[in-house]
Amino acid sequence: MPYGPHTSADRERMLAAIGIDSIDDLFADIPEALRASPLDLPPPQPELELASRLTQLAARNRTDLVSFLGAGVYRHWSPPAVDQLLLRGEWYTAYTPYQPEVSQGTLQSIYEYESLMAELVDLDVVSASHYDGAAATAEAALMTCRATRRERVLISRGVHPQYRATVATYFEGGLQLDEIPLVAEGAAAGTTDLDALEAMLADPANPVAGVVAANPDFLGLLEPMPRIAELAHAAGALFVAVVEPVSLAVLAPPGSYGADIAAGEGQPLGIAPQYGGPFLGILAATEALTRQIPGRLVGMTTDLDGQRAFVMTMRAREQDIRRDKAASNICTNQALLALAASIYLATIGPHGLRDVAAMGAARAAELESSLAAIGVRRVHAGPYLNEFAVGVRDARAVHRRLLDRGFLAGLALADAEPDDPTLADALLLCATEVTTSADIAAFVAALEETMKESAPPLVTAAEGGPR
Amino acid sequence: MSVTGPRLQPTIFELGRDGRGGGKIPHPPADALDRLPADARRSRPPAIPAMNEPDVVRHYVNLSQLNFAVDTGFYPLGSCTMKFNPKLNEWAARLSGFADLHPMAPDEVAQGTLELLWELEEALAEISGMQAVTLQPAAGAQGELTGILMIRAYHSERGDTGRTEVLVPDSSHGTNPATASMAGYTTITIPSASDGGVDVDAFTAALGPRTAAVMITNPSTVGLFESRIGELLEAVHAAGALAYMDGANLNAIMGRFKPGEAGFDVMHFNVHKTFSTPHGGGGPGAGPVGVGDHLLPYLPTPRVLRADDGGYRLERPDERPRSIGRMRSFVGNTGVLVRAYAYIRAHGAAGLREVSDDAVLAANYLKHRLADAYDIPFDRPCKHEFVASAATIKRETGVRTLDIAKRLIDFGFHPPTIYFPLIVEEGMLIEPTETESVETLDAFADTLIAIAGEAASDPELVRSAPHTAPVKRLDEATAARHPNLRWRPMAGAETPCPD
Repeated sequence: MPYGPHTSADRERMLAAIGIDSIDDLFADIPEALRASPLDLPPPQPELELASRLTQLAARNRTDLVSFLGAGVYRHWSPPAVDQLLLRGEWYTAYTPYQPEVSQGTLQSIYEYESLMAELVDLDVVSASHYDGAAATAEAALMTCRATRRERVLISRGVHPQYRATVATYFEGGLQLDEIPLVAEGAAAGTTDLDALEAMLADPANPVAGVVAANPDFLGLLEPMPRIAELAHAAGALFVAVVEPVSLAVLAPPGSYGADIAAGEGQPLGIAPQYGGPFLGILAATEALTRQIPGRLVGMTTDLDGQRAFVMTMRAREQDIRRDKAASNICTNQALLALAASIYLATIGPHGLRDVAAMGAARAAELESSLAAIGVRRVHAGPYLNEFAVGVRDARAVHRRLLDRGFLAGLALADAEPDDPTLADALLLCATEVTTSADIAAFVAALEETMKESAPPLVTAAEGGPR
Repeated sequence: MSVTGPRLQPTIFELGRDGRGGGKIPHPPADALDRLPADARRSRPPAIPAMNEPDVVRHYVNLSQLNFAVDTGFYPLGSCTMKFNPKLNEWAARLSGFADLHPMAPDEVAQGTLELLWELEEALAEISGMQAVTLQPAAGAQGELTGILMIRAYHSERGDTGRTEVLVPDSSHGTNPATASMAGYTTITIPSASDGGVDVDAFTAALGPRTAAVMITNPSTVGLFESRIGELLEAVHAAGALAYMDGANLNAIMGRFKPGEAGFDVMHFNVHKTFSTPHGGGGPGAGPVGVGDHLLPYLPTPRVLRADDGGYRLERPDERPRSIGRMRSFVGNTGVLVRAYAYIRAHGAAGLREVSDDAVLAANYLKHRLADAYDIPFDRPCKHEFVASAATIKRETGVRTLDIAKRLIDFGFHPPTIYFPLIVEEGMLIEPTETESVETLDAFADTLIAIAGEAASDPELVRSAPHTAPVKRLDEATAARHPNLRWRPMAGAETPCPD
């Protein structure tokens, strides 16, 4: 075994001390009939060969593409300081800080994470942490049911489709989840349908615990969050805002428009895409909801000498204390990713974070106008930050052909939202600060050629094409 | 004893000074945000401290040194399998092909990762004796919820809707009953037998038409193999219920016991325990779930599929309508799974069996070494961990398990898990793992024996420990009664708006 220290002499010595002849004796309590069939696995590989195998597998993924794909996971410049600090064994080989006297590093870092994230979302209490944006959204929806003692949640179709699917799974235990449609056309197309929301909230026989909406929404559009909050609160429901943390450097934070809970994906804060995880579920709430929030909380206190120190607190919400009455079953989750987000925020700084958001907005505007110059136009009219949908005929095929030219043309929306006819021929494109003007020029040229090759004339919203 | 070593640190909020930092990305055009509606904009910037990189680096290096970790010393935290985390695996997870791959990239550009995930599923199915595995759950607790929701779907599809209860032993991890509640079930807690194991007779008596599932940890949370598990599984199935195995203790039984072969219907793996992915100060983990044939239709979506041409693809949404759906976004904690894959490939079948053999040998050796100084409540061969108790010491000296745990810190050891499971008075759950040398095991045993001596000769020394840690014991009562959960910037100290 590659990492074990025991020599055969060591094993003999231990066996002799125990007073047995063979390690098999220690497994004698497994009944004969239940003993395992022989393990059949590929043979062990020495480190050199395994490294070569892993390098080959990694090389078969194409990460050389010029990418305009976002859709919930965003490429950003992560200062190398972030990962180099994470690689310190004192961080990544420690565990949950059950023994605070030898865990002040982790505990203080979590307190700092809670404080930084509280600033970003403008809410009081931040849990550290949740698995990802989808699971955090599901926990937020469950919180609204516990807090209001109601059993129905409304979620906007503007929330990431995978988040909606996740909340639906979490609600299998007996809660009701209904989707609020999006406005189909006009200036508000692609954002939450407020009239429909109002009607859904008005059913006295089926009161609503919480309303969930995302800003920017899955299509990149800015939502009327203050109005959604008002409608939710007027019906006695709580409002959950699903947010993207980098955008909060420039967009109004959930606390400013009355959100009771914020949930979101922390990946953009210095965390690599990694084909889906590990990521960082952000979950924050107003002080009034402190005892409903699931996940670890770290607080400031003092030690017996009066020194400032940090400790896990309000543990009576948690599964290892409350068992079946706990707020959630969550225990181990994403502490190292919360640390990554904190180091990222400290390294990039307040002005840097604003610049990251603003540069993404600038590059996206540049992308929009370059595409417009070849006749490719946005599907929706409303304001966006750094991601938007464009109409492209035969979008899936165009997307595939662009791979061969070295471009990842965002997301073919028909793959993610197959039930929405307005998105059947649309690409969702995003730009961030790592997108260059040269990338944009090359992509637009390649798209133009690809569309010409495939001959079908381009149809835009203005011409009555996909809306 | 004097306090030496790393010092407590100011918070980053006390280190920030307006005007510091910058130089990371190009400046955006001044009008970049002008196209956004004014009411959508943030009016007050977040009060993130402005720091320069040298200060950030020093802060986090100094903070890290306040931590105890596997890389700094022996960490026998029972139930958590704090084994060595191979450095090769960290290197592999950071290869650009793995790290920079977008989760919504088309299958054709993700073939390397998809092949790795497929092979990992196959390996986990082989290790567990299960028919198929999903890698999607983000952690063991999410794996439990995945498993129980699949059991729910199974009963419900059969029209067997009267099953509302999940049976768990009182020695179980807290996640088991919490999971049952999340899935809409009522938890029935069954007291343990006097030998610390599942009381098979009590379980059998509680089984009935209302039982949806039982959740069993095997080896149990006191480190003992459930020898009557076959009998119990038969009774569970005879009652029409299904059996969930909490795989937290898989490190004890690889190559010796395959839960799927024995008759468990579903189980989760904690790859951060058994397969050495780092614990990260409390995550990230990953909680793959294995199932038998009858639960296969309900596995979460998307699965990784192998096509006839040898290529790999992700299942499309709605391709398998009987699935319970999604547990989270994307395919799973892939970065963690790359590490687990590397670990399994480095070991092979013989290596994994040796891992379990050595983990069990080390635990039995340590138990033997401590048997004269501490109570050993369950005196039979243990698996990868065992419970020792300070009940006698407490009775004779007033020194508690908590005090002994804190005193271990002074000698450079991380304390074991204490007061879990709750069924043992003054218990400490000790799990040495297979990557600790016999010299380390001896040093730890010698220290615990010496502390038992101190408890008799100088109890106050033990009761006031630790003496050499950066902080003394904490005021946890005040922390809970007057929670301070975030830094409050002082008035006037806000970061000015960069506009």
